[in-house]
Amino acid sequence: MFDTLLIANRGEIACRVIRTARAMGLRCVAVNSDVDAGAAHVAMADAAVCIGGAAPAESYLRGDAIIEAALSTGAGAIHPGYGFLSENPDFVEAVEAAGLVFVGPGAAAIRAMGLKDAAKRLMAEAGVPVVPGYHGAEQDAGFLAERAGEIGFPVLIKAVAGGGGKGMRLVEAAAGFAEALASAQAEARTAFGNPAVLIEKFVSAPRHIEVQVFGDGTRAVHLFERDCSLQRRHQKVIEEAPAPGMTAAMREAMGQAAVRAAEAIGYKGAGTVEFIVDGSEGLRPDRFWFMEMNTRLQVEHPVTEAVTGVDLVEWQLRVAAGEPLPLAQDDLRLDGHAFEARLYAEDVPAGFLPATGRLAHLAFPEGVRADSGVRSGDVISPHYDPMIAKVITHGTTREIALRKLARGLAGTQVAGTVTNLAFLGALARHEGFAAGEVDTGLIGRDLEALVAGPGISDRAVAQASLVAAGICDEAGPLQGFTLWQPLKRTVLLEHGGQELQVVLRVTGPGRVAVALDGSEVSAERQGGIWRFDGVPGAEVFAEGDFVTVFEGGGRAFRVVDPLERAAAAGASGNLVEAPMPGKVMSVLASAGQHVSAGDRLVVLEAMKMEHTLTAARDGVVAEVLADAGDQVEAGAALIRLEDDGDVAA
Amino acid sequence: MKLQSAAIPSSEGFRANRDAHLAALDEIRGAALAAAAGGGDKARERHLSRGKMLPRERVANLLDPGAPFLEVGALAAHGLYDGAAPSAGMIAGIGRVQGRQVMVLCNDATVKGGTYYPMSVKKHLRAQEIAEENRLPCIYLVDSGGANLPNQDEVFPDRDHFGRIFYNQARMSAKGIAQIAVVMGSCTAGGAYVPAMSDVTIIVREQGTIFLAGPPLVKAATGEVVSAEDLGGGDVHTRLSGVADYLAEDDAHALALARRAVGSLGPDTGAHVALQSPEPPAYDPDEILGVVPGDLRTPYDIREVIARLVDGSRFDEFKPRYGETLVTGFAHVEGMPVGIVANNGVLFSEAAQKGAHFIELCSQRKVPLVFLQNITGFMVGRKYENEGIARHGAKMVTAVATTSVPKITMLVGGSFGAGNYGMAGRAYQPRFLWTWPNSRISVMGGAQAAGVLATVKRDAIERGGGAWSEAEEAAFKQPTIDMFERQSHPLYATARLWDDGIVDPRKSRAVLALSLAASLNAPIEETRFGVFRM
Repeated sequence: MFDTLLIANRGEIACRVIRTARAMGLRCVAVNSDVDAGAAHVAMADAAVCIGGAAPAESYLRGDAIIEAALSTGAGAIHPGYGFLSENPDFVEAVEAAGLVFVGPGAAAIRAMGLKDAAKRLMAEAGVPVVPGYHGAEQDAGFLAERAGEIGFPVLIKAVAGGGGKGMRLVEAAAGFAEALASAQAEARTAFGNPAVLIEKFVSAPRHIEVQVFGDGTRAVHLFERDCSLQRRHQKVIEEAPAPGMTAAMREAMGQAAVRAAEAIGYKGAGTVEFIVDGSEGLRPDRFWFMEMNTRLQVEHPVTEAVTGVDLVEWQLRVAAGEPLPLAQDDLRLDGHAFEARLYAEDVPAGFLPATGRLAHLAFPEGVRADSGVRSGDVISPHYDPMIAKVITHGTTREIALRKLARGLAGTQVAGTVTNLAFLGALARHEGFAAGEVDTGLIGRDLEALVAGPGISDRAVAQASLVAAGICDEAGPLQGFTLWQPLKRTVLLEHGGQELQVVLRVTGPGRVAVALDGSEVSAERQGGIWRFDGVPGAEVFAEGDFVTVFEGGGRAFRVVDPLERAAAAGASGNLVEAPMPGKVMSVLASAGQHVSAGDRLVVLEAMKMEHTLTAARDGVVAEVLADAGDQVEAGAALIRLEDDGDVAA
Repeated sequence: MKLQSAAIPSSEGFRANRDAHLAALDEIRGAALAAAAGGGDKARERHLSRGKMLPRERVANLLDPGAPFLEVGALAAHGLYDGAAPSAGMIAGIGRVQGRQVMVLCNDATVKGGTYYPMSVKKHLRAQEIAEENRLPCIYLVDSGGANLPNQDEVFPDRDHFGRIFYNQARMSAKGIAQIAVVMGSCTAGGAYVPAMSDVTIIVREQGTIFLAGPPLVKAATGEVVSAEDLGGGDVHTRLSGVADYLAEDDAHALALARRAVGSLGPDTGAHVALQSPEPPAYDPDEILGVVPGDLRTPYDIREVIARLVDGSRFDEFKPRYGETLVTGFAHVEGMPVGIVANNGVLFSEAAQKGAHFIELCSQRKVPLVFLQNITGFMVGRKYENEGIARHGAKMVTAVATTSVPKITMLVGGSFGAGNYGMAGRAYQPRFLWTWPNSRISVMGGAQAAGVLATVKRDAIERGGGAWSEAEEAAFKQPTIDMFERQSHPLYATARLWDDGIVDPRKSRAVLALSLAASLNAPIEETRFGVFRM
């Protein structure tokens, strides 16, 4: 077996692979882009090689540079992780040509599954059920419309080379087909450089159930299923194993189909066979169809690890080194239930926009497995996937595992960036989800409630204001002392774009009456713990102007400093005045013109120097009060600005 | 070392004492809350409608949140000027800004436009005196129309009148005690010199004004018509005149600027004393109300009070077996070392000598002194005069007057006659002088004073062969008794700033700690005593 492993990836998966590799006594080599020089996976590895710039195309997608890094560091094998080069058959060939071991399937198997229509044909031939549809090469719009009619609406148009929901359209009736097709093709061309699409029957109440398989190049076993139905716009949000409502017969049928699929292509290593399942009448062995096979380790593999006790990365490395499958099918057992939630830096209320920023603080509670590739202080860069961590829980029953997930998410602390933590928490507490009513439409149906979440509590505001005022720590017996009545101190906070005015009355050591808009919270410190209206305070993280109260997924408050408020107010800059007596050389703006702060407006010559006068703020030129050639006095008004609104009115 | 209390909190006497103190305290608290409300609801509403913070909010938002605020002269002018000037129209006190103790003086424009009554001037000067003695930076939150004109003869001309404010500012600035002004309203006439004489001045845009003469006076004098803002507003003074240095957008901004100004002051050079870790007293300070008799004439052991003031109730008593009517000894308050001088009865020669001795010790060791004053005076009578009690008393008075260590006086009972001098009364310039609601202060007791006057009168009548009945004598004495009763009351005293304020006895430890901490901002000089009459 090789004794040095290069991990051709970054983030959590690189860290996760290193953990197992190290436990197996392997030396680990990381690769990194220049912006990742200080990243967690680099810090964890025994050695690291910088392979280029921030953009993936300049680094993590550069197979040649990665192979060179492996050769130069004495690595005998390359683990691709997921994404990047993990499913690139050319890379696999190049790795093998360089005399290195690729931890994963052979190039042929990847190619076989790479094009979806070809893959489905192959599977149908191998006796794996596939969704009724058209997977041919003919792309004429009229022809495709006819095929859609045969399959029966609703249908799904999907990019042949697709993934991640790009180039995918749902068409409810024949009337909307042409338009949807055109836009799907256009999107596919942009995203994948290949406009070809396929058409499939659309399954109502669909569930996404996938089977983990593991092959040694000839034989394969399955490690049961995962349910990934909880999706938002085809992006998995929470995964679990096993699938709720799964029967022994169905599991047997799906497992066998998946093993057939893997064996049909001589699959080696960890792979996932995805099925679409019609869950409208419960799970039935005749209602599942092959969707695609992912020829790599998946993001959600930890749930399978949790319920089987298998370390899939260990299996990958052992099989890659030439060992047979570590366990036979009959030796594999399901144990309990597991969940995984994907924690992202994203702005949920703003429409799940990816967010960036410095993770000022990151901590996970006991009782969860947290696979993360970032640490407190790391930056979520705009160059890569903004996933912060995967939070995984395991329990003897689904109910217990889900409760642990909800608790684990509630105890997860992220400060410095917005996250989808509150959204995940709401999902983990969703009644339908708890009842096992999972399908891919759940999030879409309840999106509003899931996104809104519970309102912020007065207690959280009170706690943030105490932190902002710097009176949380043990303060001694004189805190709040006055002779007759306590003073009222105002604290200004900003939360979600709203300014909150909080008035604190410190009535004694560790005793504060916190007046909010229309209500009052009584804060008391006892035994080192603050209680707000009797309820113990949440965990808090404060840095710079920001205070994060870890309630409901983390509430971030900005402490408003009157100094900065006033600076903004002071920049009214309505008049541009001559700073000293001089001659106007030129006027660069005219009435009605829109100007931005910093724009040059007037050039004045005075004391043998040219002075350029600029706009102090954005606005519209209301009046030009001087002409070129004018001699002006100090303080003379030269230009008058107005707000956009003033002019319109 | 650790004092043992004999008090029984469940006893009837304890409860009766407590009730008496609470009743006295209620009267004071009521007066204090009324004074803190300033010029009444209407004036407060008018003030708020102008976008201004109320004076107490200004103080609160200047200070570090939750930091202690030791108010000075809270009940100044109580009952004076027909009640027109609650708190003498200003707030003064020691607070903390950026972790540093400062003296805050804040005009209350809801009280007659923040104009200076005679007591306002006295309070302002007293606050400045505290600042100067204890090297506390001064922050003036100015919102005042200047001298109260109907009272100009008691405000303007004398040594300790209005002009002294600016004299003090200049002298303190010269000593390196920062003078910071925040102009948050009017600053007219003489008042204009508060910001002008400050080291750093902040003014609020379209709210603060500084001018020697306001628009009406300008019009009368020269016919010029000008708005207050154009005459001396924030824009004018920060851009054209240079009278102010920073232009603030509103009160909150101005106070933040003042906080920043304090943050940029140089390091302070305080006194060096050996601090210990603070420790609460072993006996609850709240029990003070139960251990001190409600009636001043009932004797009690002052150690019961000391046990509830000092760290761990530990008291290293000095010379406990000699001159027992004066209790002296070392202790700590919130970790700060103190020498305590406390009355435990009338002063005899031995007690006075012991007091002088102990003050010498503290002076040599540079340990601050705390006087717990409850004194009816020095012992009288032939034996005592003949043994030279005046000579021994003079020793103590000399020691008190000339020591350089900080003195803090707490009036916990009576303050009568020469005892007041020996126990660091106001004239002996303690850094702070606080009183309890049960305290009384006068040259002698009312009954004694009336008795003296009656004896003189009776002698005169009887020398002329007349007769004076008991009833006539009683009628003669009553007005004097009444007058003494009224004038010795702590509210009467504090209204005239004979002290720095009345305190809840249960807060005495905190008040002492804050006073000590303030006094330690100034280095302790070497003491040079006067001639002791031996």
